[in-house]
Amino acid sequence: MTEIQRPDPDALLGHIQAEENRARRGKLKVFFGACAGVGKTYAMLSAAHQQRAQGVDVVVGIVETHGRADTMLLLKDLETLPLKEIEYRHHLLREFDLEGALARNPTLILMDELAHTNAQGCLHSKRWQDVEELLEAGIHVFTTVNVQHLESLNDVVGGITGVRVWETVPDHVFDEADEVMLVDLPPEELLQRLKEGKIYLPHQAERAIRNFFRKGNLIALRELSLRRTADRVDGEMRAYRRTKAVQSIWQTRESLLVCVGPGQGSERVIRSAARLAAQMEVAWHAIYVETPRLQRLPKRTREQILQTLKLAKDLGAETATLPAEDAAVVTVAYAREHNLTKVVLGRDLERHFWRRSFAERIGRLATDLDIVQVARNQRDPGEPDAKIQALFLTQEYSRWPSYAKSVALCVLVTVLATPLRHWLELTNIVMIFLLVVMGVALRLGRGPAVLAAFLSVAFFDFFFVPPRFSFAVSDVQYLLTFMVMLSVALVIAQLMANLRYQVRVAMNRERRARALYEAARDLSATLMPGQIAEICARFADNVLGAKTGLLLMDNENHLQEPVPVEGALTTVDTGIAQWSFDHGEPAGLGTDTLAASPVFYLPLKAPMRTRGVLAIEPRQSHWLQAPEQRRLLDTFASLAAIAIERIHYVDVAQEALVKMESERLRNSVLSVLSHDLRTPLTALVGLSDTLGLESLSGPQQEAVRAIHDEAVRMGALVNNLLDMARLQSGEVKLKREWQLVEEVIGSALKASTGALAGREVRVELPEDLPFVEFDAVLIERVLCNLLENAGKYTEPQAHIVIRARCTDRTLDISVCDDGQGFPIGTEDTLFDKFTRGRAESAVSGVGLGLAICRAIIAAHQGRIWAEHEVPRGARFTFSLPLGTPPDLSVPPEVEG
Amino acid sequence: MTETVVILVEDERQIRRFVRSALESEGCQVIEAVTGERGLIEAGTRKPDLVILDLGLPDREGVEVLRDLRSWSQVPVIILSARSNEEDKIAALDAGADDYLTKPFGVGELLARVRAQLRRHSLSGETGQSEIGFGRIRVDRVKRLVTTQEGESIHLTSIEYRLLAYLLAHPGKVLTHRELLREVWGPTHVESAHYLRVYMGNLRKKLERDPARPDFLLTESGLGYRFKP
Repeated sequence: MTEIQRPDPDALLGHIQAEENRARRGKLKVFFGACAGVGKTYAMLSAAHQQRAQGVDVVVGIVETHGRADTMLLLKDLETLPLKEIEYRHHLLREFDLEGALARNPTLILMDELAHTNAQGCLHSKRWQDVEELLEAGIHVFTTVNVQHLESLNDVVGGITGVRVWETVPDHVFDEADEVMLVDLPPEELLQRLKEGKIYLPHQAERAIRNFFRKGNLIALRELSLRRTADRVDGEMRAYRRTKAVQSIWQTRESLLVCVGPGQGSERVIRSAARLAAQMEVAWHAIYVETPRLQRLPKRTREQILQTLKLAKDLGAETATLPAEDAAVVTVAYAREHNLTKVVLGRDLERHFWRRSFAERIGRLATDLDIVQVARNQRDPGEPDAKIQALFLTQEYSRWPSYAKSVALCVLVTVLATPLRHWLELTNIVMIFLLVVMGVALRLGRGPAVLAAFLSVAFFDFFFVPPRFSFAVSDVQYLLTFMVMLSVALVIAQLMANLRYQVRVAMNRERRARALYEAARDLSATLMPGQIAEICARFADNVLGAKTGLLLMDNENHLQEPVPVEGALTTVDTGIAQWSFDHGEPAGLGTDTLAASPVFYLPLKAPMRTRGVLAIEPRQSHWLQAPEQRRLLDTFASLAAIAIERIHYVDVAQEALVKMESERLRNSVLSVLSHDLRTPLTALVGLSDTLGLESLSGPQQEAVRAIHDEAVRMGALVNNLLDMARLQSGEVKLKREWQLVEEVIGSALKASTGALAGREVRVELPEDLPFVEFDAVLIERVLCNLLENAGKYTEPQAHIVIRARCTDRTLDISVCDDGQGFPIGTEDTLFDKFTRGRAESAVSGVGLGLAICRAIIAAHQGRIWAEHEVPRGARFTFSLPLGTPPDLSVPPEVEG
Repeated sequence: MTETVVILVEDERQIRRFVRSALESEGCQVIEAVTGERGLIEAGTRKPDLVILDLGLPDREGVEVLRDLRSWSQVPVIILSARSNEEDKIAALDAGADDYLTKPFGVGELLARVRAQLRRHSLSGETGQSEIGFGRIRVDRVKRLVTTQEGESIHLTSIEYRLLAYLLAHPGKVLTHRELLREVWGPTHVESAHYLRVYMGNLRKKLERDPARPDFLLTESGLGYRFKP
């Protein structure tokens, strides 16, 4: 039983991640209404005032008052961001200033009319995209939406009111809002307000009541908005139940597959499917299967299909364009592959009794798939599509030279065949004509071939069938000959034309594949970014008919200027490129972001991260719409990205190798030096000691003593030099452990007994010093050096004090003496290498001690400094950062 | 009484020379070996009382030689090392070395270490010495009692006593953190050196005159502890 009660861990994880993202994002609150005039803006401003009263930093991004007095009054005491002025076709447009808002960085910003479309020249084409970016930056947003602006309800509202709006907001923006507040007003009151001129100016109001604000409309819109809000609340409830596992409902995930066709009204099919998917709470896919027949469609129709796919994507679908011979087979395969159990199709408008419909064919291929047929759009009255199609037909077939050639060939063959009619049967003459039709179909295309078919029949009848030079026919059986000849000619023409088309398609595909293959081969051999840029430029020029520029990032994630190679694009907007790079999404031409730019920016995403941006300027801007071209470009971009990443890692590997080599060299030099210098010194110290034990005369004794001392000093010097070399190279690995300071002080004092030569040392440690993490050997070294200095630079009767003190974040340890101190003003230079406290003093040393101390303390992320003691003397203090010591409250005391 | 035999494994002639003369002045018989292999053979045949082993030998790693030696002999070993080889030093102490000398070292230092090791060895040979004294402290190892000279009893926790007992059992020997943790806390705690520091601190507070400047329970920085009788 408990099994069933437990929520799906993946779903929970997803939920937690979504929550985390949300925590960083700003919160979106939507004031939602049935139509204009219900008081959304007013409600939003009132809420903003409340927030401000609570001390929230509120700013008005953009608010449309429509001249309403009460709204304007509310707006008066709120801070309003200045609008950006954009010149567009000699008009000065005022738009919301996104950069300004991001720079101002308020806690809460008010953005009226979420569905608004920005003027060209703004960063994003839609205001909801501006809002997304604000939320991304962690700014809370209040906004307003009318029900007819919701993408999935757009056509429903259009159907009810007869007025279609073109500014829409994708449903996911609405659904992902953190809070939706419905602003509701009964239709009567709304009409009352309208009549009182509170919504529009009086003369506008009159017209509005007649057209849009009919009571029936208002009731329907109100119901829609209430229902949509209720759906959302329902969804929230379900999400709540899922996370709290109030009751687990286990259901197999059914998904929807929508087929987009070339027919009218696909848009409506998509919207229906989106609603269906939302109700069922399932993911959905939209595909377009491009058969050779569909590839021949006029450009405009194809663009429309792509627009429909884009709509599906905006509504939350996964989309794909699949090239294939048979649409039904591919559709079924796709459904199987993605585990989609329902196929949504638009109902065919006309039925052909001799041909199975698409739905029937899918039904026969896969008996287990559910097929949902939905109505398509009624034909939009404003769409003169028949005429436009006719226009395209004429365009398609306006290649008159081919027709002329076709006519000429028919005439020629007639002239040539005329002398042969005495030797050949008429049936064989027919064969010659068929041969010509085939040739025409092969060379000149379908139209000329059809013309040739008809001409051949006509010429054959006129010049060969008796009675000659007349279309009359003596023998009735020739009518059959004509019919067969015509149909054979037409079939040949059709077959040939198809074949020719497919050959062309295959050749195109082959050319693209070869180009990609060659690019991949060339890219795999590149060693420099310049070479990649050259390959990009060549590929784009040869295959895509475009100019490209390759922008790579530097170490700080900033894009650099395009790599300069011959024939590359040089004028790019690095701002857009940087945006594309940062967001990992394409920008510029043909996208939602700064579509006015003539250049398309594609981020180069490699497996590890985005590596740069490819800027592409096509010679014809519509070129990017074609799905084959986009696929080709995407494939090429990922190849280039991988090549860039490979070059990057080659560099990294090379650097590491060089570093490793030099480190190895340094280590071996150091260890040789260390061994070769220490061994003779050890012998010197030891032998002079041995000699000192012998019974020597006074001066000899002194000389031996001096040899011994100098050798010991030299040993210390060698130690210091080697240690300094190690510390400087940054190769010292700290052996950090949790230590007690008193222990290190103790061992340092013991080690410094000789250096201190009987000077009195006092240790002042507070009780309960915490554990500190450091390398005991190195810190002992620091203390020894400081004590040694204190011994060197003070009189034998001097006093030395070691103190420790705990601050909030550091442990400070100081070594103080009451000697002569160091010269005033040398506090900082003391720690430099080869610096002596008093240059002229007779004290031995080369001035590495304090430099080593500083290097060791720096490696511990600490600080060391010198001060003058009052009344006299020096104080050296170093501080070590306190970490979080290990738990020592219950040490493992094993009784026994 | 037989002469004390010391084996000196060291490849540098001049170092061998002064170490030998220093030891001979103490009345030891010194047998020199230039390679690790030779040193092992000498150690097997001469029944030495002490081995002085250089860690940087031409034929084998000093630590390996030490491990071989320890597999069949408990003879005290003092290692000679350069200061840069802390890791080698710890490895050698963990492998069973008793003490170490950092080059360059003086004759006085050398002789002090040698005497300490020889004394320890002769001490551990005696049995039944239940009471040990250091400073003003007396420890009765049979009754497990710690008292001051004046007879005042000092309370130690069970772990503190075990730690003290182990240190006292190895006078003069450098005991690494690992070894002490393993022997006192058990093999699962060999990485928790901070426990050891806490207990060592407590012992010093209870037994030393000035815990910040201990006279008997000495710290070998980065290596471990040593009880100096």
